[in-house]
Amino acid sequence: MSKRKGYYAGKVKRAIHMLFYQRHKKPGVKGWELRKALGSDYPKVLKILEDYLKTLDLQIKTVFEEEKPVEKPTSEELDKARFFVTLRGELTPKEAKMIGWRIDDLAGLAIAIAYIISKKGKARRKEIEEQLSEKLPGWKVGLNIDRYIRYGYLTQDEYEQLYLDWRTRAEVDQKALIDLLLTK
Amino acid sequence: MQSKRERSKLGREKLQRIIEMCRSVEGRSLDPFLVDVDNVIHTVKEYFPEWEIPEDLNLDAETIHSLASVIKLQSEWIKHRSTSLYTDPFLLEEKLRHLSKEDMIEVFTKTWHPIIEMEQISIYSLTEALRYWASLLPLKERWKEITPAEVEAGFTTREELIRQRILRDKAFSEELESFWQELKQQVEAKGKDEKIRYWDFIGVETYEDTVQRAFMTSFLVTYGYATLEIIPLEEEIFIRCYEKPITKAGKKQLVSIPISVSADDWLKWKRGELE
Repeated sequence: MSKRKGYYAGKVKRAIHMLFYQRHKKPGVKGWELRKALGSDYPKVLKILEDYLKTLDLQIKTVFEEEKPVEKPTSEELDKARFFVTLRGELTPKEAKMIGWRIDDLAGLAIAIAYIISKKGKARRKEIEEQLSEKLPGWKVGLNIDRYIRYGYLTQDEYEQLYLDWRTRAEVDQKALIDLLLTK
Repeated sequence: MQSKRERSKLGREKLQRIIEMCRSVEGRSLDPFLVDVDNVIHTVKEYFPEWEIPEDLNLDAETIHSLASVIKLQSEWIKHRSTSLYTDPFLLEEKLRHLSKEDMIEVFTKTWHPIIEMEQISIYSLTEALRYWASLLPLKERWKEITPAEVEAGFTTREELIRQRILRDKAFSEELESFWQELKQQVEAKGKDEKIRYWDFIGVETYEDTVQRAFMTSFLVTYGYATLEIIPLEEEIFIRCYEKPITKAGKKQLVSIPISVSADDWLKWKRGELE
């Protein structure tokens, strides 16, 4: 193994430890934490790691502070961004059930996300509750929305307006979701 | 022809209405294009020469400010529509309404890439746990046997026990008998047709004593010293006193009549509202 290869191999291992094991309340690692642990060339380390992860159907997802993805991020933007390891491919509905989601709850989440996207990123909680109560029992609707908020998929302000939160930005391909819904 | 004063008044009203409209568009997420900007500017311009006092000029500035917020919303709306994420919300709502749960799941799982997470003990939680453990007292100290304080046996008097309400100063039957006599006297004094209103008999200065009297009254009725007459339509209850106790058992089935003697009822009675 060349000296250079060994240099990156060590950093890739360190990056894996940081990305896979939850260190804070929220999963993922901030850019500045990676820079501190891996050095200023951490984007390159992540790129090497990404190539490894591809074979495992995983990917590194970057979520920037801004709601919209950044085309060519500056080092400052990267430092503030949060990095996660997510599934690269698709889950089957059966697999979704296996990772702890009931079909009803997952469908409710999809409806809430799609509805908020269609309303330019914010919608009244009451409207979403109405949407969900068409297909979910009434007692479950409020509980489910609270659960989506607790998991970080949605967030709510003091006026009971719901927005998409960090986990949706990390896990859901919003554009693909809307396109697929419209063509269904 | 409008006077200057009337025209100013009309102008103020129009500006107020514009401000309200802009605020409702902003606050209720309504379509910002509901506001006709040209028309608003025309109105603002039309009345501007009328304004002389600072309050009117302030209102004028507030109108412009509200309009600027709406124009900002219009600009954001156009930007959103031009992005690839824009979808007609009505169209999407319809889709969401008609898609089955299974179809929805199929679509969502195609676009959902859940985060890989591994939960484990962190250095932080381990440190916290060690700190807690270090400050935790051993079980033998926490669960020390409580030895009750020894109290020496002593003597007490009947009067002391009565004072502490452990004993009554009269036997219950004696007490009931004197209560019956009191009922007779009150029926004579305050009652009509040998009966007295329930609350007029049981109600006294303190709530505790009122409850005690209600309790004793229930025994008077049960043991046949008196009976209750209830007039449901007028929601009135009377106590009719007997000259001699009547034994009811065996003649007809006895019934229980629950009567609420709450603190609220007692207060109402005191204020004379339970007439």
